[in-house]
Amino acid sequence: MESLIVSIYVFTLAVFIGFELITKVPPLLHTPLMSGSNAISGITVVGALLAANANNWAMSTILGILAIVFAMINVVGGFMVTDRMLAMFKKDKKTEKGA
Amino acid sequence: MIYFEQLAYLFAATMFIMGLKYLGSAKTARKGNLYAMFGMTLAVAITLLISGIIGPAQMIIGMIVGSLIGAVVAKKIEMTSMPQMVALFNGFGGIASTLVAFSEYMEPSTLPVTMDVQITIVLSLFIGTITFTGSLIAFAKLQGLMPGRPIVLPLHQILNIVLLLATVVFGVLNVVEPSLPLWPLLIILVAAIFGITFVIPIGGADMPVVIALLNSYSGLAASATGFVLHNNVLIISGALVGASGIILSQLMCEAMNRSLFNVLFGAVGTDDSSGNAGTGGGEQKTVTRYTAEDAAMIMDTVQSVIIVPGYGLAVAQAQHVLHEMGELLMAKGIDVKYAIHPVAGRMPGHMNVLLAEANVPYDMLYEMDDINDDFQNTDVALIIGANDVVNPAARTKKDSPLYGMPILNVDYARTVMFVKRSMGAGFAGEANPLFFDDKTMMVFGDAKAVVTGLVKSLKEE
Repeated sequence: MESLIVSIYVFTLAVFIGFELITKVPPLLHTPLMSGSNAISGITVVGALLAANANNWAMSTILGILAIVFAMINVVGGFMVTDRMLAMFKKDKKTEKGA
Repeated sequence: MIYFEQLAYLFAATMFIMGLKYLGSAKTARKGNLYAMFGMTLAVAITLLISGIIGPAQMIIGMIVGSLIGAVVAKKIEMTSMPQMVALFNGFGGIASTLVAFSEYMEPSTLPVTMDVQITIVLSLFIGTITFTGSLIAFAKLQGLMPGRPIVLPLHQILNIVLLLATVVFGVLNVVEPSLPLWPLLIILVAAIFGITFVIPIGGADMPVVIALLNSYSGLAASATGFVLHNNVLIISGALVGASGIILSQLMCEAMNRSLFNVLFGAVGTDDSSGNAGTGGGEQKTVTRYTAEDAAMIMDTVQSVIIVPGYGLAVAQAQHVLHEMGELLMAKGIDVKYAIHPVAGRMPGHMNVLLAEANVPYDMLYEMDDINDDFQNTDVALIIGANDVVNPAARTKKDSPLYGMPILNVDYARTVMFVKRSMGAGFAGEANPLFFDDKTMMVFGDAKAVVTGLVKSLKEE
């Protein structure tokens, strides 16, 4: 039970950090924020790797491998598409903006 | 070794936090994404390391397959389809959590399995599966694979409550009698149905809220898996994503003047499958119709233009030609700005990405609160493929579904130009009184055709 309490501590504090950080992200970047945070939620891949780590083909191993595939789609796809989007955001190269 | 591993995970979590911090500004955002990427690489590398240098081959194969699919999707996806892609990826995150939790149930990594692990396994299965099926429905609606209109089953809310209660019962049974794999399977089944019944009554126009919410769930699912595995990097990352999704769905709700409860259980969001098709003509009052040439002639004589793009612009794929028009106007010494309403696209921030793709510099894109005071000093407000977000009825008409929704003050501009396919009302079904105003010019037609016409006329003059 003690480790559960520690986990709840960590979770609660991380939620507050999340709120602080995300409220500072301008609406301009909300779509990259979503795809990027999507990639971060692919951190489940760590759990999937641990689950798949067995030298047998038990059900639990197979589920783990499937989880790796899904989580990696999330991670690689999420980060790459975020980078692709952010690369499009350019500042005006001209100094004279309008009249 | 265990300390080294934990420290490395902590470092990875710090990288995610730094990454999100750098996402706070367009200048540093790309760097932020790289930080997060680095954190993820580190977390994966450490996990592979502790599982025996490289670990069994099937892990590597799984990683390669997933990476390839992800990379191809990320390269190919159209920017207009970004909402669908994010919805689908949310779902993948959810199912990954479900699979990991179920695998952990079948073969626990630490024995004996304590009660708190059993409880968190139930949570992880439940949240992960809801995220998965809910996201698939959201994807199908956005992709046009199923109708965007709300689908309400008989006794819909009662069904939802029954499903929730069933989850609690099965969850308790699972904790009391963990040896029976029937309970977790039943929880997955019930959660799968709940994910579907949760999203189908929500209309296409409300999808931005739903995607943001599912984004949050995918994070919470990762966190729940972290609770199961006692892994802090999962807990922290999931919590960050969970917080992000909640904030974004809240912002979307505010921009639509709806409560989250109303979006989820109100079933009033309407079909938006075809942009602003609405109901077509049939209006009794008369409007003044103009052509693109007329509009270009006016614009040639003014000093300032604010462009208000809506989703109809993206549907018509007119972003690029719009940018060309903006450049032409600027070359003539006209002050050009873009006003972006928070719900201008199909997901938070979507319109900004669409315009950035068309090479519109981001410092020309203004948020609603930053530009609303400028309309009164502006000669022309050019609205393309938007309606509800500029409907003044939101300010005055108390019985309107739009009433109270924050709008762009285009009616304060000296001249208002609408580029629209028809007189149809917006998603909210509220007629726009501004169409009939004396200072309003209606230019009917496909956004791309009209803007192309504008560009042509502007070049000639």
